[in-house]
Amino acid sequence: MWIYEKKLQYPVRVSKCDVRMAKYLIEQYGGADGELAAALRYMNQRYTIPNKVVGLLTDIATEEFAHLEMIATMVYKLTKDATVEELKEAGLGDHYANHDRALFYNNASGVPWTAAYIAAKGDPIADLYEDIAAEEKARATYQWLIDMTDDVDLQDSLKFLREREIVHSMRFREAVEILKEERDSKKIF
Amino acid sequence: MTAENRFGDEQYYALLEQLQAIDFVLVELSLYLDTHPTDQNALQQFNDLTEQRWVLANEYEKLYGPLQNLGRSYSGYPWQWNDDPWPWQV
Amino acid sequence: MHSQTRDYYPYVGPYDPCPPIRVKTYQVPPHLFMTFQPENLPQYSPMEALRLGTLWPALFSPYDPRLSHLGRGHS
Repeated sequence: MWIYEKKLQYPVRVSKCDVRMAKYLIEQYGGADGELAAALRYMNQRYTIPNKVVGLLTDIATEEFAHLEMIATMVYKLTKDATVEELKEAGLGDHYANHDRALFYNNASGVPWTAAYIAAKGDPIADLYEDIAAEEKARATYQWLIDMTDDVDLQDSLKFLREREIVHSMRFREAVEILKEERDSKKIF
Repeated sequence: MTAENRFGDEQYYALLEQLQAIDFVLVELSLYLDTHPTDQNALQQFNDLTEQRWVLANEYEKLYGPLQNLGRSYSGYPWQWNDDPWPWQV
Repeated sequence: MHSQTRDYYPYVGPYDPCPPIRVKTYQVPPHLFMTFQPENLPQYSPMEALRLGTLWPALFSPYDPRLSHLGRGHS
């Protein structure tokens, strides 16, 4: 069961009408290392991983959906008042031909999202290392997105998302440490 | 949107941000406690903040309508869930 | 706090078609240096934590977009 909360996790303010940025931001919506892939990856791993880390996967997956909504908000704000001409100039002519201004789960190059982005090996260590890598790749993507805009308000929201990848990576690395512990042994940290 | 609501004024954004701040700390502490289940100070902080969050969320909902769906928030008349703005619109 | 960036210096070939970017920089955020977060680390206030994206200064990683904009020939 999931409950929706009618607010963003972090305020999203876009101050510059830079339609082209929407094309780039969509990478984190429907790209390989994007928020949709992240949320579904962690959600799906919960069924085949030791109980000790199921709570963490559930919580991080849930937070990823909040991040997905933040990215959607950025794209929505940048495209809702864009004319067809502006969309074409921004490289979104192909998108408009298929989707008008509808958001779609594809990456910055228009490649549709695919389940192949989600690894699920069933080996707890392999899957957690996959998650750590996914967080670092998402962190890098946020860096490149921050580099591509000079809108300080948009950068602010992207910096928040970048920092969250760091914290998630930290938690997944701790999860690996927890799974390395011997059963029933006590560990003082 | 009902008449007494003033989405978009300074008070709205200030209260929303206060709620986002307390909820953010609750997210941070939740993830932390998932891997540190025996940290008593963090646990105490989590429970204290959960209580504070409830008070603040109630204050927000009285002014701006339900935060959560499917029976986790009360609704005034008429049914308030449909009221805009939605989070991506503010 | 130690630096969160590292530099490297790519080989500059005599027949490279474009003016060289001599220094390349990458990020090494603080979680890489922490195996398991210790208990009772100092915290930000809730509002600061929201704005910075973490509750703990020990995990905060600033990112300066200008680092990638330094351009060619910087050393």
